[in-house]
Amino acid sequence: MSERTIRGKTAIVGIGETTYYKHGQTPDPEFKMGLEAVLLAAEDAGIDVREIDGFASYSNERSTPERIATALGIPHYGFSNMFWGGGGGGGSGAVANAAAAVAAGYAEVVVAYRSLAQGQFSRFGQGAQTSHVTGEMAFSAPYGLMSPAQRFAMRVQRFMHDHGVKQEALRAISLTSYAHAQNNPRAVMHGRDLTDEIYDNSRWIVEPFHLFDCCMENDGAAAVIVTSAERARTLKQKPAYILAAAQGSFLRQGSWAHNAPDYATSNFKTVAPKLFEMAGIGPKDVDVLQSYENFTGCVLISMVEHGFCEPDECNDFFTIENFRAPDGILPLNTSGGNLAECYMHGLELITEAVRQIRGTSPNQVSDVEISMVTSGPMVQPVSSMILATEPV
Amino acid sequence: MTTEQQNALPHGLPIPAPSVDGLGAEFWDATRRHELLVQRCNDCRNWQWGPEHICHHCHSWDLAYEPVEPTGAIYSWERVWHPVHPALVNALPYMVVLVELPQAGNVRMVGNLVGQDPEIPIEIGQNVEAVFEDHDEDGKGYTLVQWMLSEKV
Repeated sequence: MSERTIRGKTAIVGIGETTYYKHGQTPDPEFKMGLEAVLLAAEDAGIDVREIDGFASYSNERSTPERIATALGIPHYGFSNMFWGGGGGGGSGAVANAAAAVAAGYAEVVVAYRSLAQGQFSRFGQGAQTSHVTGEMAFSAPYGLMSPAQRFAMRVQRFMHDHGVKQEALRAISLTSYAHAQNNPRAVMHGRDLTDEIYDNSRWIVEPFHLFDCCMENDGAAAVIVTSAERARTLKQKPAYILAAAQGSFLRQGSWAHNAPDYATSNFKTVAPKLFEMAGIGPKDVDVLQSYENFTGCVLISMVEHGFCEPDECNDFFTIENFRAPDGILPLNTSGGNLAECYMHGLELITEAVRQIRGTSPNQVSDVEISMVTSGPMVQPVSSMILATEPV
Repeated sequence: MTTEQQNALPHGLPIPAPSVDGLGAEFWDATRRHELLVQRCNDCRNWQWGPEHICHHCHSWDLAYEPVEPTGAIYSWERVWHPVHPALVNALPYMVVLVELPQAGNVRMVGNLVGQDPEIPIEIGQNVEAVFEDHDEDGKGYTLVQWMLSEKV
């Protein structure tokens, strides 16, 4: 039998994270943090780090496999892989590529990782600082449309117009992340409670995004170890089986100057059905969700496109009561996520999804069987992933 | 500088230039003549924007830039309050509009809304007309395509 799927064939068996810092606050170079995360993930898995024989990352990760393997004296690796595209679109995709490498026999133990020190190289929230711009940016930067917030606000504005979405729906996403961060000592915004009033009075970055609708910029690194389901059962941690993963984009989403034919989308419309088809489950089966918050409005659209809510029902569905662990109908971003734990480009959402499977989250949901992640809405391509306590 | 005062945004933002492979050159050249061009396939007559080397619809290489009436309707908009470039620090807030051109296959163009206080509310669907904003302060001149509500023109 050679069913063409990775369903249940691999698992995440180790997670590692450095301390998370506000941008510019880490005492360590970016690469050193990357090494630390890889070492911690291997230690967590109970695997000698020298057994790592594959590497997967995304968003033009600067800490390359060759440099890591050299620094750690890794005797051999047989898989090195970069998920195309910027932003966090490749978070789940990198794990999926790791799983595919294991399933296909290219490697036995693959690390998916991301290291990021904003300020040591550049910052995502700053516009182009060059004198001239060419290509896509020539059609937007001279008009002051430069940053990710500005690029995505335009799509979110249109979605909110089309479906009558109110600002309070976005606010609920932000308040949920901040509330969950208050129980998470790792979170950069631990101790910084957010209320309706603070949100409403916060300055606009670009309408419809207030300050608290926007992710942070942080320093840190995170890594997860993927190996076969068979090996996973022999290791010290409870396996988080990779039930399904999907990535991609659809018709002309990369068009310059905001010309995607289907415009008000987070780019998951063709990815989500493939994800659930591979998993053999539906959105109602998901016990807990980590949904990448570059900006709250993008979370909203990606959740709609994964079928958690009808587009015209957002105002009723997007409430903090629905999203709060442990009792909400769909606990969301239970570590605080990109908004309030750390903007580790969504890899911290994957480690949290694993903790929910293990039962070790700071905001643990009871009886989790299905733990889902969506990565990097609005960019091209995007990815998402479903983890499970059992491989079938 | 009197020209500065008429511009939607201050001097100092990046200057648009054609791609190194030439894409976009005809468009930017035409803006100097205050003409709005959109790419169109000579074979299947499909419109497309931004510029490409091939027609995405029929895969013809035979593409032209065709003049279009410089009018459209607001498809989406955003009011920017946080500067992500030093040139914008004293220009806040400003309005960016995404304008749909029904006469050119509903392609869209990004520009600033000019001719009114940026804090005045606007609506998706409002009609706009292009305003060609000449910049000659950098030696090599260029022209931006801005938009004004039709009722203001």
